[in-house]
Formats: sequence, C-alpha cells, structure tokens
Amino acid sequence: MIEMQDVYKTYPNGVVALNGINVRIKQGEFVYVVGPSGAGKSTFIKMMYREEKPTSGNIMVNGVNLAKLKDSKVPLLRRHIGVVFQDFKLLPKLNVYENVAFALEVIEESPKVIRKKVMEVLDLVGLKHKIRSYPNELSGGEQQRVSIARSIVNSPKIVIADEPTGNLDPETSWGIVELFEKINDRGTTIVMATHNKEIVNATRRRVIAIENGKIVRDEAKGEYGYDASYV
Amino acid sequence: MTLHTFKRHVRESIKSLGRNGWMTFASASAVTVTLLLVGVFFAVMFNINHFAQKVENDVEIRVHIELTADSRQKDALRRRIEAIPNVKEVRYSSKDEELKRLIKSMGDEGSSFRLFEQDNPLSDVYVVKAAHPQDTVKIAKQIETLPFVHKVNYGQGTVEKLFDALKVARNVGLVLILGLLFTAMFLISNTIKITIFARRREIEIMRLVGATNGFIRWPFFLEGLWLGLLGALFPIAALSIVYYNVYEVYEQRVSLPFFELLPFSPFMWQLSGLLLAIGAGIGIWGSVMSVRKFLKV
Repeated sequence: MIEMQDVYKTYPNGVVALNGINVRIKQGEFVYVVGPSGAGKSTFIKMMYREEKPTSGNIMVNGVNLAKLKDSKVPLLRRHIGVVFQDFKLLPKLNVYENVAFALEVIEESPKVIRKKVMEVLDLVGLKHKIRSYPNELSGGEQQRVSIARSIVNSPKIVIADEPTGNLDPETSWGIVELFEKINDRGTTIVMATHNKEIVNATRRRVIAIENGKIVRDEAKGEYGYDASYV
Repeated sequence: MTLHTFKRHVRESIKSLGRNGWMTFASASAVTVTLLLVGVFFAVMFNINHFAQKVENDVEIRVHIELTADSRQKDALRRRIEAIPNVKEVRYSSKDEELKRLIKSMGDEGSSFRLFEQDNPLSDVYVVKAAHPQDTVKIAKQIETLPFVHKVNYGQGTVEKLFDALKVARNVGLVLILGLLFTAMFLISNTIKITIFARRREIEIMRLVGATNGFIRWPFFLEGLWLGLLGALFPIAALSIVYYNVYEVYEQRVSLPFFELLPFSPFMWQLSGLLLAIGAGIGIWGSVMSVRKFLKV
C-alpha cells in the first residue's frame, strides 16, 4: 500500500514540483498517472521508491515512512519495489539472463534460487528463448520485457513504471501493457506514469492526473483526458 | 557476506577487467609507468642509502690520550666518555697496536716505520663510535673538553661535508619519491574515474535493484586491487632483469672497494614486495575514491 499525506517537494533550484499531494493506493490496484510534461509526474513517481525525498509530508510504502527512512535502509526498500523506465536501463554488456539475475545477485540469493526464479519470470514475459541474447540484439519491446522481468524477479508488492511505453510503437506498447495487467492479476500493485492516450482510455483503470504539483483529478475508471497533441 | 557473494565479487571484478578491456589496459599502464619510475628510484635510493650507512658506520672518533695519563686516569676517562649520551662503543687501542695498524695501512712502504718500534711516538687511543653517526661531531666536541685528552680526530671538515651531502641526497630522493607517488595516485585515480564514469549506469542500476553501498563497492575494490597488481608485474620483471645484470656486471668487472651494490637476492624480493604493495594500494585507493562519488554517501 502507498499513502501520501501533504507531500510537498521543492527542488534546491526553487522549482516547486509537488504542492500538497494526498493520495492512497491500495494493494493490488492498477493506477495510471497522467498529466502534462513538467507537471510533477516524475517527482510523484520518484517519491515512491525514494529516489527523491519530500520537503515535507509523509509517504508510507508497505508500512514504512519514506520521509524518515535512513539512506542506508533505502536498498532494503528497493528490494520490495520493482522499477521500470522508459529507457529500459539494462546493462549492455550482460545478456538477458544475467541482466535479470543481477537483481537477485545483489540481494545475495543462492545461485539455485536465482536460476529458478529467473527462468520463471523470463517465461512469464515470453523471452525464455532469448536468454543468451544481449540488449543490442533485441527490439525495444523485448528490452522492455527484460527490464520488467528484472523488476518483478524478487516478487515485489509494487511495480512502478515511468513511461514504460514512451519509446515503443503502439503495437509493442499494447504488449507491454498486457504484461503489466498479467502482473497486476497476481496481486501486484502497478503505478504507471504514461502519455499513452489510447491505452488509458481503452483499459479503464484508476487515473490520477497531476498538474502544477497537485492532483487535479482522481477517477476510478478514468480517461486520459488530454489531447494527444503534446505527447 | 556469504561465500557465494564473495565469489561473485571476485568473478565480477575479473570479468569486468575483460569487459572494459581498453580501460583496464589504460589503468594498468598508468600503474606500470609509475611503478617503473618509482622502482628505479627506489633501487637507486636504497643503494645510496646502503652506501651512506656503510660510510657513516665507518666514521669513528679517535681520542688520543695524553702520554702522561696513568691507567687509573685512563679508566676514568673511559668512564666519562661512556657517560656521554649516544656513545655506542668505546674501544681501547694501545700505541703498539696503533703502530701496527699504521704500518699495515702503509703497505710496502710501511716497513720503514718499523724503526719506531723501539721508541713509539704515538699515543694510546680510545676509538669511539656514536650510536647515530650524525652525532659524531657533537660527541667529539664534548670529548675534547675532557681531561687527559691530547687530541680528538674524526676527520674534521670531511665528515661534516659528507653528512651534509648524504642528508641532501636522502631528502631529495625522499621528496622525489613522494612526489612521484602522489602524481601516480592522481594519474591512476583519474584513469579509474574514467572507467567508473563509463560505468555509472551500472552503479545506478545496482542502486535501483536494492544493492547496498558495500555490495556495490566490493567489485570495484577488487578491480582496483587487480589493476594495481597487474600494473606492478611488468615493472617488477623489468627491474629484476636489469638489476640482476647490472649487479653481475658491477661485481665482476667494475667493483669499487668503497661502493658495493645491494645483493640481488634479498633486495629485489623486498623491492618487488614493496612495488606490489604500492600498486595494490594505489589501485584500491583510486577505485574506491572514484566510486564514492556515485554512491552519494
């Protein structure tokens, strides 16, 4: 569960990114975060995995207050949150298997368990046949699947995605969203920032719209609500 | 840390040397060049120091005792010399012994001094050694003031000049070596910084998937260690070969009586160990310092 109470964020250069955010996301929800560029979406997302600290307010994630979390405890938090990015963030010199196994090696899992879990998630994302390929040998959609596999390999309760389809063509994007729905069906909370109007309108999930650092709209089965022109 | 994890760190650090091939080469070369210079300097410095120590240890104070002094007064003088701080050793040499020494030191012409055996004009002597050769002059000055001292001889003038020269040589050498090491550390840490900068993405991802700072640091620590050791291999090999040959040639062909080179066997091992340690040290220092920046500690 994610809960934000009166969260404000002012960056050192004076930019006010979040201006009083209050929100509750229950375990197992699928949430789209929408809004114009520069409205505070990314900051909102970054707060959840403690990439940024709030200037004031509380952020509870899985019962931990991130506003008070010590730097040294951040790695432990990250192990329970999967993060997916627009630019995939794969290691170019590691193959598919190694890229996914990386997330488990880091938490000192035993090689036997690593092997089993990695094969499981690669099966789930449909890349079992490409485990020896390197990122530059894969299409964008495939790379994003690897990145998703890495984010869920240690069975996190929450997966946070920052414009995961931003670099992909519409057809591939659909594949990625279907994958997120599959993960969501297993009980994992998904928070996804996106500019993809078609997907938001077609899937009818909870939509949180952020403008000027404030939540301006929060609908259970919402629509994208903006023109696609500025995407 | 589990054994698995440690093995992983070792494996990763070695793999990473291969993956970052050219950067590995660049960093190790920086270590190599530096250690080659440092090694040559050390070899020269240690030999100069060895020479200096030998020369310094040969410096002794010859205290000529008044001819009129009887044995009780001589003993009293001896005790007073021994009471001076930093006096290591006082040896008595009678005038007969002194004459023999003189005759011997003159070689073939020495025999003409045999005449003096009947009526020895020399005086009995205390040979005094200082615990630290640098104190020789001070001690000699003190002895001069004691009763029944006829003359004090320690190579006045020459010894002071020698000590000054050796002091300068040592200090200059020390400054050069320190300067060289300092430059080396910056050179290497910069090279490693470039390799790590190229890998900040890797560090970013490690942080993202929940690696602790300690976990992230380990492979870099080991990589720095390998780089340092790898970089030390060539200088050690090159210096060993060169030193071995120089030593052989010097001992057999040149060999000056007052200057001897440190023998190859213990010296080169010590120097190799020193270079390995320095290489490892700067390698580790360079990589740990560089990775720190990306860990936001």
